[in-house]
Amino acid sequence: MGNFREDTDTDLLSAEQDLVINEDGFDGTNQQKEAESFASNIKYLIVGILFGIVFVKAEIVSWFRIQEMFRLDSFHMYGVIGSAVLVGLISVQLIKKLRINTLQNEEISIPDKTFNKGQIYGGVLFGIGWALTGACPGPLFAQIGSGFLAIIVTLLSAVAGTWTYGLIRSKLPH
Amino acid sequence: MIRKPWPWYVAGPLIGLTVPILLLLGNKSFGISSSLRHICAAVIPANISFFKYDWKKEAWNLFFVAGITIGGFVATFWLANPDTIVISKATQTSLATLGITDFSGLMPADLFSTPNIFTLKGLIFLVLGGFLVGFGTRYAGGCTSGHAIMGLSNLQWPSLVATVSFMAGGFACTHLLLPFLLRLVQ
Repeated sequence: MGNFREDTDTDLLSAEQDLVINEDGFDGTNQQKEAESFASNIKYLIVGILFGIVFVKAEIVSWFRIQEMFRLDSFHMYGVIGSAVLVGLISVQLIKKLRINTLQNEEISIPDKTFNKGQIYGGVLFGIGWALTGACPGPLFAQIGSGFLAIIVTLLSAVAGTWTYGLIRSKLPH
Repeated sequence: MIRKPWPWYVAGPLIGLTVPILLLLGNKSFGISSSLRHICAAVIPANISFFKYDWKKEAWNLFFVAGITIGGFVATFWLANPDTIVISKATQTSLATLGITDFSGLMPADLFSTPNIFTLKGLIFLVLGGFLVGFGTRYAGGCTSGHAIMGLSNLQWPSLVATVSFMAGGFACTHLLLPFLLRLVQ
């Protein structure tokens, strides 16, 4: 499990750190065995469109709603996240219990999330950014679509942030 | 009726349904911050190992976020709420003492209007904020979608740790850092 991967950019890693990084080697969100054709990706575009509509209509993209959330002045965002988790949880359990397969008749596979301290450190840093921008990554895209063009800067900066993380990650505590 | 703001008990479940929908459509785990990583891998991998993977396999995610952008457009220009957004009085009062005057839009024009890009406001709320979002979500391995919704739906305790950390950072920023920053840019 602990294969060494010598990289010209990064220092030689300890086997333990390398393990953590290798496990996350491809994010793993696509567990489909069959390759996805270009046209077949359109269905994710459609789901995204509906998702973006919900984001804007429920004002999840609003900086003010996020402020209300962090000031405990409104239940709205807690209701959204809470009921989303509840529906997600029930549906995942149903899928597992009833052994429902995908459209391609594959067995559903959801990768586990391995713990590392990045969830704490990175999590707090993201939380700060969330309060400043009033947006997590999803709303950023919706805000740009809504015409808040200044948010393009935010998105570019977010990409820069991700890139910087990639650059220095072997030097960060995990 | 569809134009009025949607309540949490409509929006939340719809968002939650994204989890099974993406799984059933093609064994895809719901997550959005990974799109930032795929963009880096596709455009500027720069020989960094974190970006050297088959990003094309995750192209579905880029279609998804492109869809979110389009969805934002559709909702804003065809399904717009004719009334002004209703923001809690308490929040308005707190923010007014910190210099926010315009509460009529989804985003405070005081901070996020396009001309602000090249000011100190832009530097803090667009550049610094955005950077922390991109850096933090990847360091944490996910955002509210990947951890708080997908991760918790699948009973992953690391996602609970992540979610608690998100909230801790957000609360700390709102109550400790934000007042300072808003006074700075007034």
